[in-house]
Amino acid sequence: MDEVTRFDLAKVPLREVNTALHAPHLTGEFVIENPAGAHNVAVGMNADVKVTVDGHVGYYAAGMNQRASITIDGNAGTGVAENMMSGTVWVKGNASQSAGATAHGGLLTIDGNAAARCGISIKGVDIVIGGDVGHMSAFMAQAGRMVIRGNAGDALGDSIYEARIYLRGDAASLGADCVAKEMRAEHHEELGRLLKSAGYEDDDTNAYTRYGSARSLYHFHSDHAASY
Amino acid sequence: MCGIVGLHLRTPELYPRLGELLTGMLCEMSNRGSDSAGVALYGDPTWTPPGRGCVSLLDVDGDDESISAAVGSALGAKVSATTLGETRLLTAAADSETLLAAARAAYPGVLVAGFGADLAVLKGVGDPATLTRSWGLATAQGWQGVGHTRMATESAVTPSGAHPYAVGPEQCLVHNGSFANHATIRRELQAAGVRFDSENDTEVGARFVASRLAEGRDVETALKELCATFDGFYTLLVSNRDSFAVVRDAIACKPAVIAETDDWVAMGSEYRALSGLPGVEKAAIWEPEPEVVYAWTR
Repeated sequence: MDEVTRFDLAKVPLREVNTALHAPHLTGEFVIENPAGAHNVAVGMNADVKVTVDGHVGYYAAGMNQRASITIDGNAGTGVAENMMSGTVWVKGNASQSAGATAHGGLLTIDGNAAARCGISIKGVDIVIGGDVGHMSAFMAQAGRMVIRGNAGDALGDSIYEARIYLRGDAASLGADCVAKEMRAEHHEELGRLLKSAGYEDDDTNAYTRYGSARSLYHFHSDHAASY
Repeated sequence: MCGIVGLHLRTPELYPRLGELLTGMLCEMSNRGSDSAGVALYGDPTWTPPGRGCVSLLDVDGDDESISAAVGSALGAKVSATTLGETRLLTAAADSETLLAAARAAYPGVLVAGFGADLAVLKGVGDPATLTRSWGLATAQGWQGVGHTRMATESAVTPSGAHPYAVGPEQCLVHNGSFANHATIRRELQAAGVRFDSENDTEVGARFVASRLAEGRDVETALKELCATFDGFYTLLVSNRDSFAVVRDAIACKPAVIAETDDWVAMGSEYRALSGLPGVEKAAIWEPEPEVVYAWTR
């Protein structure tokens, strides 16, 4: 059993904590206490370790994560898990805007709600949101999957590329070029896997609708020149 | 950037701690910008004794005694003057607007930081830690306070460019963001007879709200009209003697967090501003939705 190392952010500067977490050949399990809304907690991880943050965090928590399993036992500010490459980030509370922005890989789970621009410009990450997402979520999402167990705000999937959205509730509106698509067998299978990995295996995949790109913005149509 | 904070106390047991809590909140936000700062405090019994008219002035020369004499002579009654940092706080046994008229008569063109019963508005150029110390904010009391720490973008770093903008009786507005069409709205308000103290975009928002309230709108309606009229980015905290309201623009890129307990309602640009409040670990915490007006009254 790995030893648990504890850092108290009320006593130790954040830079020291992040430096310790960046040590070469890092192993074990880490707990960060008293984050008190600090920014940049546990950013730039690159090790197969478990990190638990005990409280609410500020901006960019767990940003650029590679390989680590990071749990935030609280709410997260702007840009949680932004540009994540691999590993998992689990937010037990709510997340502010731009959760998972531009992330390339790994799994981001948010048990509560995510605010505006969740999954903006994602490039391969999987995001599972237990509650609702705000407006402009999955804006220009290029690759990856986004599962929303609640409702979505305005302009869901605006200018989306090849990412797939699974939405259980309703979208206030769909963004440009985002359309509902057929749930084929492979989509039920994919959604079931994503739900299971995020701990929501009891959800009925039939309750979800798939959304994606109509691909009508991929090419310039000279017939429509006047409308551009 | 800019940081805004506000605390609306529900339990009188916390009134003695208002200044201390607000100081902590404001200083925590100082790395969102710290070229100027300001606070509005409702209900400090020393600064703004109950039942007296209160006026906060900036850029006034002279000592307390000479200011007291000059305004007292214009008012025809005794005026008390106190210096808090760069702000001169006047009180008298008269209503605030009568006292304000006397102050303007004694000091034509004076910069008015705020006016209204129970309200002290303190602001200046400098960082929040230095300014709050110069005001002695940590020992102040009251039931409600708002604060702003500024990173100037739309107008000069001067006391007149610092927030809060407290342009109507007992009212106060702080803003994180920038208005895009403020010049047009300023011209419309000026054409309707509204006077301005600065080139600041937020002042236009504050005077717009004040003009709507003066026409009899409630705060919620005035803020919805602001959303429909103003283009730009904003999180606004708008208070008066009895109310406390938060609104964000449709894009909602300027941050805001609200926390609420049985004892208080608090708002900050970021959660860390609220992390030192008593009982925050049990508070309901959420991010306000775009263009939804959240309001509380006492």
